[in-house]
Amino acid sequence: MKRRDFVKSSIAVIAGASVPLAALDLIDPKEVLAANEDIHWAFLIDTHKCVGCGFCVKACKTENDIPFGAKVTRTWVERYVFTKDDRRYVDSPDGALYGFTESRVDLGRGEYKEIDPENVGKAFFVPKLCNHCATPPCTQVCPVGATYKTDTGPVLVDKTWCIGCGYYIMACPYGARYFNPITHVADKCTFCYHRLAKDLETACVNACPFGARKMCNIRDINDPVTKMILNQRVGVLKDEFGTRPQAFYIGLAQEVR
Amino acid sequence: MVEVVDLIVHGQAWTTKELFVLPNEYIYWSIQIVMYPFMTGLVAGAFVLSSLYHVFGVTKLREIARFSLVFSFALLPVAMMPLMLHLQQPLRGINVLMTPHFTSAISAFGIVFLAYAFIVAGEIWFVYRKHFVLRTNELQAKSNRSSMDSLYLLIFKVLTLGAMDIGEESLEKDHKAVKMLASIGIPVACFLHGYAGFIFGSVKANALWMTPLMPVIFICSAVVSGIALCILCYVLAQEGRKFLAKRKLSRWSKDPSAPSVETLQGSLETEVGMTANYLLYFMIAALTLEILDLIFRGYTQVKSWDILREVILERDFTKIFIVQYGLGNILPFVLMILPGRTVKRTTFATVLVLMGVFMMRYNVVIGGQAFSLSFAGFMHYHLPIIPHDMETFKEGLFGALTVMATPFVIFWFLAKIVPPFLKGDDAH
Repeated sequence: MKRRDFVKSSIAVIAGASVPLAALDLIDPKEVLAANEDIHWAFLIDTHKCVGCGFCVKACKTENDIPFGAKVTRTWVERYVFTKDDRRYVDSPDGALYGFTESRVDLGRGEYKEIDPENVGKAFFVPKLCNHCATPPCTQVCPVGATYKTDTGPVLVDKTWCIGCGYYIMACPYGARYFNPITHVADKCTFCYHRLAKDLETACVNACPFGARKMCNIRDINDPVTKMILNQRVGVLKDEFGTRPQAFYIGLAQEVR
Repeated sequence: MVEVVDLIVHGQAWTTKELFVLPNEYIYWSIQIVMYPFMTGLVAGAFVLSSLYHVFGVTKLREIARFSLVFSFALLPVAMMPLMLHLQQPLRGINVLMTPHFTSAISAFGIVFLAYAFIVAGEIWFVYRKHFVLRTNELQAKSNRSSMDSLYLLIFKVLTLGAMDIGEESLEKDHKAVKMLASIGIPVACFLHGYAGFIFGSVKANALWMTPLMPVIFICSAVVSGIALCILCYVLAQEGRKFLAKRKLSRWSKDPSAPSVETLQGSLETEVGMTANYLLYFMIAALTLEILDLIFRGYTQVKSWDILREVILERDFTKIFIVQYGLGNILPFVLMILPGRTVKRTTFATVLVLMGVFMMRYNVVIGGQAFSLSFAGFMHYHLPIIPHDMETFKEGLFGALTVMATPFVIFWFLAKIVPPFLKGDDAH
């Protein structure tokens, strides 16, 4: 091959290769499909309304194919019992998958504590799930970018790219993450992203018989749930970590961590 | 009702929970993550020791410096092993190099690790270039080469990279290159390990880990463990050589220029004595920082102190204060500063020091996961001893022992090519 021919064909190859690259740049699916300034999903939990039935946990595990027999869960309910003699008991057996059907409190390691109803000062339930933080520490620490924040708020995991190092589990102050026992990668609440995309509410919101769980687009100030967040006194979990959680609580007690 | 089959999730096999622990909490980072900073620490420490001679010209440490350089190289691939054994998707480990996500501390691993590997490999090449050339010439001159000889000839020929000039001037250039690489290597080695500390220190969700002191503590204890291991292995190797020399075995049966038992004993005593002093300096630094961290936590008493106090001062008291500080720091320190220090006593002290540094890693990694994020419960770690599946092997006693044994295997092979013990002027 002559030098002139070589240069000619090189130019042709480069020109040919650069056209599809440029084309790809124009139709960046992220920009076209996902960028929507008008949507940012948030969650509202009214702890006064939760009775600890555990329907939300069941619905979540069913919807998202998390085995009932696996002792990890995307959402769970905690029970807090404060006695008159100033003692605190907290438990969440199986993440409340089967609800709180027993009055005795699970102390772990197969031990239980029966509390005299007369001695109970106050008691309540607190549902928990991933807070889909505005500044999530988990996405920051993922070494391969397999976990990321979507433009509409939910924090997701790319299960085909996660290497399973566990750093994101360590980084989450809320214990929302775990290893999926089937896929062996990071797993967490997605705000039922697949349902949101079809204009459906999340499985747990759908299953809650008492309206303790609600979801809203926090950018839509006419949304009744958004109005509740804006008008009522709401709290978030562990704001000292600077994560700006997007799950808001009505009636949050200081003992809840 | 659907039948519920129990599925063991990662971490469940070795974690027991006490009081209120969040449902998803387990001890996810187990023994291999203890091994990871321990092994990287040894790499970094061994390199720093070798630099004492190459950069700062502490000529008395010439022999142990060369020894620790080769040992550091043997340890290097092993620093990566625990991570691979720990990953849930080890085949995707390469993704860290392919798609590094730069906001994560771990993403720097590939870059720092490879940079460091190249520096150590480069330094070894310059140190041993004369040796490669001499061996190539020697084997080429040999008329009746065995197949083993031919293999060695090929290896050494390739290793010379065609640079056969061993004149005064080119050796001087080698010398300069070694010095330069070793100087660059010190900060990189510190970075390699400091960054392991940063991985822990920057986890804001973990009350025990989160402190800016963590990288510095890790670097100091790394140097301590690296020096201790080099002393220990150097003593063992020299004792082995003394044994062979006494019985006129191996090289001593045919080579009259081989060092005598007295020479070996002499160099053993001076080198170990000198190195032990450096070990003491770094031990003081490491211990001061660790105690400072502890006192600071106790003095400031922030929200997490209640649970940390219970873990540090009550539940893990034996592991932290008796085993780590008592047996792993104070006892060897006393053993080394008491007058009339002998090689034997120093060697015993280094074993204790290594154990102490290992326990420090253990108490940080496992201790940091011993309490719940709810601050209302505890988790207990049970090291899997008899493995019953791949996971309990990888993240159990035998997985850890595999990691510990590998550098010695690598060192054995490596020593055939770059022997740490050479006649003074055959290598730099």
